[in-house]
Amino acid sequence: MNKNKEQLLNKRYKAEKRFRLYGQSAIFMALLFLTIFIFKIFSTGYSAFQKTWLIVPVTFDAELMMLEQNPSKEDLNDADYYDIALKSMADLDPNANEDQENELKRMVSYFFEREIKRELLNDPSLIGKTKDVYLTASDDLDQVFKGNYPRDLPEDQRRVTDYQLKIFDQLVELGKVESKFNLSFFTYPDSREAELAGIASSFMGSIFSILVCLMIAFPVAVLAAIYLEEFAPKNRFTDFIEVNINNLAAVPSIVFGLLGLGILLAVFQLPRSTPLVGGITLSLMTLPTIIIACRASLKAVPPSIREAALAMGASKMQTTMHHTVPLSMPGTLSGTIIGLAQALGETAPLILIGMVAFVNTIPGSPLDPAASLPVQIYIWAESAERGFVEKVSACIMVLLGFLVIMNLFAQIIRHKFEKKWS
Amino acid sequence: MKKNGVKMIKINSKNVDVFYGKKQALFNINLDIEENQVTALIGPSGCGKSTFLRCLNRMNDVIDICRVKGQIIINDFNINDKSCDVVRLREKIGMVFQKPNPFPKTIYENISYGPTIHGMAQSKNEMDEIVETSLKKAALWEEVKDRLHEPGTGLSGGQQQRLCIARAISVKPEVILMDEPCSALDPIATAQIEELIDELKKDHTIIIVTHSMAQAARVSQNTGFFHLGELIEHGSTDKIFKNPENKKTQDYITGRFG
Repeated sequence: MNKNKEQLLNKRYKAEKRFRLYGQSAIFMALLFLTIFIFKIFSTGYSAFQKTWLIVPVTFDAELMMLEQNPSKEDLNDADYYDIALKSMADLDPNANEDQENELKRMVSYFFEREIKRELLNDPSLIGKTKDVYLTASDDLDQVFKGNYPRDLPEDQRRVTDYQLKIFDQLVELGKVESKFNLSFFTYPDSREAELAGIASSFMGSIFSILVCLMIAFPVAVLAAIYLEEFAPKNRFTDFIEVNINNLAAVPSIVFGLLGLGILLAVFQLPRSTPLVGGITLSLMTLPTIIIACRASLKAVPPSIREAALAMGASKMQTTMHHTVPLSMPGTLSGTIIGLAQALGETAPLILIGMVAFVNTIPGSPLDPAASLPVQIYIWAESAERGFVEKVSACIMVLLGFLVIMNLFAQIIRHKFEKKWS
Repeated sequence: MKKNGVKMIKINSKNVDVFYGKKQALFNINLDIEENQVTALIGPSGCGKSTFLRCLNRMNDVIDICRVKGQIIINDFNINDKSCDVVRLREKIGMVFQKPNPFPKTIYENISYGPTIHGMAQSKNEMDEIVETSLKKAALWEEVKDRLHEPGTGLSGGQQQRLCIARAISVKPEVILMDEPCSALDPIATAQIEELIDELKKDHTIIIVTHSMAQAARVSQNTGFFHLGELIEHGSTDKIFKNPENKKTQDYITGRFG
């Protein structure tokens, strides 16, 4: 009898030990996956925050630019920069033939003309002089400089020619190639050229979509939740509504995209590819999340607080608005932020309503066409150029950073403003 | 209180029945409450004494399945009538609950809430005065006067309960209902509250539900004994405790059941 008891006790201790071990290994696995994932993204993505520049001497030849004596600001603006731009690239190799001159031109982005123009507009006294100008290197050379490009491939399988590599190596030796922080990644819209592509349009698109989503989903959801929780009679009909709200939360997001396509675009003829439509579609998705969070936090307000207010002679409305709702706000707000974070990462419904379009302007309002960060990741991941690989990871980093900040904010709200009762 | 030797009746209940769904919780209760006296309701758990108390300010309305029948007449007016405005009723009839339930706001805001929603103060000064007198009446002023703007939930249990009493009297109710106000408190805090109840009966009619017969004997002038949803016996506290008419009352107060 006693021995049996001993064995049983041992068994119980062993079971507990095993359980602890399972739990610890589960956590270890989760951390491992997370680490691998983050390491992979950072190791591919960090280089996108650097951009390679070629430093090329440019002679601002008034004659080539078709400029008169003492040009005005407007004259400078209208001047022809293509020829001096072309000439300064060609001058990198005085012995170059016509084909090679063409190759030289393709060592920089097609923006080079504008970069030279900007230099002169900043300092008009440069006319007739020569100055070293920073020109964005083509994405292939950018990758070569970052060591991501296999130089040992046969030439016909490479996008950079032997000649370009030769000139590039000469420039590197002369110290005329520089890597600097890639500001344009944040300030430029999307582009077909990897070296010029930035997240400005999709970032603004995401912000506008989220704002539209918040402005629609938050008031509707909070009012619905307050009514259902505090005022609505508890009967079969309200049970039915509750079940359906929970079901709505489980609907795959692409279905909401179809809804947006079929109703917002086809019936109401709202402008396609815009954050307005995206935001409305996302708000349908976020609605149940906020309703559920708000109802849960209303439920968590102790009934004794409601009784106290009612017994003081407060009306139902006063009890709700003065006491219950303010006390439920921390939970509601953090639920809202988590819902918005979900919406921020949503891709499928936005693709269906056309926010996947190639947008090379920065949207100024929710009515301008835009992409969004996750869709931008999708667009770039589809692109063949090597330069986009690091951009995909960099964009993921921005999106993740955004999400982490939002979730952190939700945590802070919950901890800081949550009231403790007696 | 007696005027010209006649007892002044504040609340008069006639044939009150209460149902929770199909289950009947109170059977034909007829009980008169004397003005400016303390009436104790005693009885074993589940006997319906709290249910009856909650009928008096219509707090049972909060419970969906609860139905109340019969008449409860306060100031010549049947509060179970459809025309009765519960907001005004509850302004006249305050309530203190079993567990202290201050709002998670400052001490000042806890007291000023009632006067604010009923528009009882025209200026900040008037409100300050209401807060001060309420806290003084609740014997809490000396302890909290320097921290009126700190959260009420930071007080001790006994202080919280006195804060709730101060909150209840801030709107100058005619009647104060107390639902086992000391059951969550230690003996010292209980003694303070009992002293307070004695003081409050000068201005208010008090009905207190209590589990402790000793407390009923200490604070009340009248006592009603409930058992299984029926009012078995009621009368002056002296008579109920010393010379009960009913056998069940005697068994209960002598500790044979309950």
